[in-house]
Amino acid sequence: MKADPPLLEAHGLRLSYDGNPVLDGVNLAVARGEAVAIIGKSGAGKSVLLKCLAGVLHPDAGSLRLDGQSLADSGPQARATLHRRCSYLFQGNALFDSLSAFANVALPLEQTTDLPDHEIKRRTEDAMARLDLAGCASLFPAQLSGGQQKRLALARALVTQPDFVLFDEPTAGLDPVRRNAVFMMIAAARREFGFTAIVVTHDVPEAEVVCDRLVLLDGGRIRFDGDAAQFAVSHDPVVQAFRDGTEALARGIEALGDPTQDYHENLSR
Amino acid sequence: MRITHAAGMISALGRSALAATGELGGLALFAARSAASVKRAKRLTGRVVQATYELGVRCVPVILIVALFTGLVLGLQCYVILARFGSEAALGTLVSLTLVRELGPVLAAMLIVGQAGSALASEIGIQRNTEQITALETMAIDPLGYLVAPRLIAALVGFPILTAFFTIAGIVGGWISGSLVLTLESGVYWSAVERALQPADLRECVTKAIVFGLLTTIICAFNGYTAHRRAGLAGAQAVSASATRAVVWSSIVILVADYVITSFVV
Repeated sequence: MKADPPLLEAHGLRLSYDGNPVLDGVNLAVARGEAVAIIGKSGAGKSVLLKCLAGVLHPDAGSLRLDGQSLADSGPQARATLHRRCSYLFQGNALFDSLSAFANVALPLEQTTDLPDHEIKRRTEDAMARLDLAGCASLFPAQLSGGQQKRLALARALVTQPDFVLFDEPTAGLDPVRRNAVFMMIAAARREFGFTAIVVTHDVPEAEVVCDRLVLLDGGRIRFDGDAAQFAVSHDPVVQAFRDGTEALARGIEALGDPTQDYHENLSR
Repeated sequence: MRITHAAGMISALGRSALAATGELGGLALFAARSAASVKRAKRLTGRVVQATYELGVRCVPVILIVALFTGLVLGLQCYVILARFGSEAALGTLVSLTLVRELGPVLAAMLIVGQAGSALASEIGIQRNTEQITALETMAIDPLGYLVAPRLIAALVGFPILTAFFTIAGIVGGWISGSLVLTLESGVYWSAVERALQPADLRECVTKAIVFGLLTTIICAFNGYTAHRRAGLAGAQAVSASATRAVVWSSIVILVADYVITSFVV
């Protein structure tokens, strides 16, 4: 029996800006129902990779397959198919500030489907209720808290019932409590809506818990691709730097010595 | 040394010419795509009504004030000049034809660009900066169909109406100067207006209003849409530069288009 092709498959993606390679031959396959975390240093090309997967950026070389069907030409038709099946959660949420919360969530249904108004209303209210936004329908994004805005963006991403959702640093700039809440929200939404997820993040411990697989991007290439258990025992120095970041910091601080000791010695001289 | 200097100048000139050609090509492509998007756009009616309403709300007060004072000044100046030749009775003819054929469409368009065009460029520029336009793309929504198409239709409706408001208010201003402030009989003024205005004049006025509306809406939307491509500028600076460019280029294009249309009509 022939195995199902991956839901999304990138092969040999290359992209350069002003001659500097950002993606340098990235191969990635994501199976249906999987949750993949893309981690890496700032500027490693994580968000660029995500935008290539979403069809927003067009790579200089390489191919993209959706359910085994090539999107290599990235013609308008192919891009429209990709966009209809995927949703993208932006780092800054990208909510429409002149539209109410309800109108924000209803927008993709109004503009991309022929559903009647009552059905759009039902689906929009349903998506908002599932993400605890039922009382916010008439409010504008600026009137919502940071967490509510994030949930609103997620409700808008999920209202079209996409096959997969791309999360671009959903926890950037959040404190640990809110960071956990966002990851919890992603996990709960996956359970509720059953979508495939690709999450770009810097939060390795949380990603290990929430995602099935970790992909480490370094210098425009995939340096590590495996599950949390493999990540925990990897001897790759770049993986170790990510995994043992806090311990390395503690060792570094220890190596600096006791600054108060120097201070007291200087005083006694 | 001189040859190197000259080569540098020619090279810079060439780069500027290429950039200008590229920009013009981009604008033409943007205009064609925006026009095509009108057909594909969904649930357009509500957004057209909203865009037309916003255009009206933003512009009607300023249009009426400027038009009234333009008419007042025109009435005073023309009356004094015509009085030298004993032709005060032609005041209505002069004021109405000047406003309907030239000042009405041109000044109204410039005021609308200053009020609504700059706001359009800024709004779309901010939407570009905050990834709202990219968000539309990722939702399989055509950004031009959603953002530009309703504004184009609103311009098609709103510019002629606002131009009509301007012209009427201007003619009333001329009457106030000529008949209330000065000594011209009201009946003489209004009958001159009635006799002077021909259907061809009104057609010219409406044609100019529609052409100015479409051109300036495209220019303003294009400048906002490409705010992220402003060389050396980013964020709020790029948005403000885009709004300024939109107003400057729209004003220039209004005058050029006015000359072209007038040269065909006259």
